[in-house]
Amino acid sequence: MAQQLDSIGVQIIEVLAGMIPPGTPVSAGTRIARDLGLDSVAIMDFVMELEERFDILIPLDQISDVETIRDLSNAIEALVKD
Amino acid sequence: MSIFAKFEDIRRTLEDLSITGQNPLNVHFDEIRSPVEGIVNGRRVLLFGTSNYLGLTFDADCIEAGVHMLRQSGTGTTGSRIANGTYAGHAALEKQLAQFYGKRSAMVFSTGYQANLGLISALAGREDHLFIDADSHASIYDACRLSSAEIIRFRHNDADDLARRIGRLKGKPGCRIIVTEGIYSMLGDTAPLREIAAVKRATGAYLIVDEAHSMGVLGTRGRGLCEAAGVEADVDFVVGTFSKSLGAMGGFAISDLEGFDLLRVAARPYMFTASLPPSIIATVSAALARISHDGSLGMRVRANGLRLYTGLAQAGFPLGPQPNPVVAVKMPDRDTAVEFWKQLLAEGVYLNLALPPATPGSLALLRSSVNALHTDEQIDCAIAALCRVGVRLGVIKRPAGRAAPVMQPEKIALPAE
Repeated sequence: MAQQLDSIGVQIIEVLAGMIPPGTPVSAGTRIARDLGLDSVAIMDFVMELEERFDILIPLDQISDVETIRDLSNAIEALVKD
Repeated sequence: MSIFAKFEDIRRTLEDLSITGQNPLNVHFDEIRSPVEGIVNGRRVLLFGTSNYLGLTFDADCIEAGVHMLRQSGTGTTGSRIANGTYAGHAALEKQLAQFYGKRSAMVFSTGYQANLGLISALAGREDHLFIDADSHASIYDACRLSSAEIIRFRHNDADDLARRIGRLKGKPGCRIIVTEGIYSMLGDTAPLREIAAVKRATGAYLIVDEAHSMGVLGTRGRGLCEAAGVEADVDFVVGTFSKSLGAMGGFAISDLEGFDLLRVAARPYMFTASLPPSIIATVSAALARISHDGSLGMRVRANGLRLYTGLAQAGFPLGPQPNPVVAVKMPDRDTAVEFWKQLLAEGVYLNLALPPATPGSLALLRSSVNALHTDEQIDCAIAALCRVGVRLGVIKRPAGRAAPVMQPEKIALPAE
């Protein structure tokens, strides 16, 4: 369980790396909008890339509940199992 | 903490924009003299950013119809259609719209924004899925927030991506509703409607097309991209506005589907707002009558769009992907865009500055729109002004001596003071 969550978290950070300045520190507790300075459209584009990576659909209304990388990882884990 | 603390980023942006004079997001017109000319800070400017595509805002027949109805029926309806009733003009305009599109029914909304809000939020219920283009207008995004459905974005103008995403739903219950636009207002590109209609047929989805920027502009009869692409039979709902090609304000939705009129008692943005005043209904009706029997305005605005697009492309400006009456110039960065916009206004040309996150791909854009009443000379004058500023700011190179006539700014007079 924990291992799977870690794996999802690593993949999230891999996708994110292409959208933020190199060297930006990112951890499970990083707040996606506030700490990384991504605007609303950039976050939606990020989610679109994650949909491709995990071959899932992430409805926009679920994004509004997500603040940190950990939240996102948990949401994706639930959708992958769905 | 102030309740406005959450807007601190916006406050800083506005302060930055205001530092060097005119704030592009807060232009005050002293006067609008015609569809192509206004006064800003006491100076005449050519209007190249109004979305007034057919130039009907000063049409004599529209004005006469509005004035007549203003005297006959008063200034407003003072309430909604379900409370204060439907006026003869509302019903007649809905019939006229349905006939214009060759469809069974039309609903009139008080704004184009509310047309999207009302139609989409009412149609998309729990268990349904809305598939919206990633570059959708804010009214479509806001409609999604008001609906109970799950919202999925597909890559801009990518029918294969749409099909792939609908496929991921597998056997999930509920309706699939695709939302796309005719002409996209930021870059002026059109949706690949034939391909999207094919996805709609293959997946059993419903299809909504927002023709806000394409009604009156595309199609030989002015019915928009659906007509131009030959897919009108595949489109379940067309949404549009009266505030662009028809020169007034308000919005509408049309459909052939039985049950469509149920939305009159289900779509909250239709039910709980005042209906349009009879005078506005009258001007819209006159404008619709004009475009129903006169295709020349649509031809003219398309030709004008092509002239502006071609002139700017030849000058070396990076533009949106297609020549249409919306012509977007891509700026290298936000600061250049702001400075370019200000210098252009000083040169006597007004257009729109569009900045992220309102733009696709985080682009800073100078968004211009032509209308049917712009003369060739006025368009060439705008191109010349853009070239002067573009060279000054290093956005384009100085044109070579053998450039086309429109590339020789010194030969093109600015509008007389």
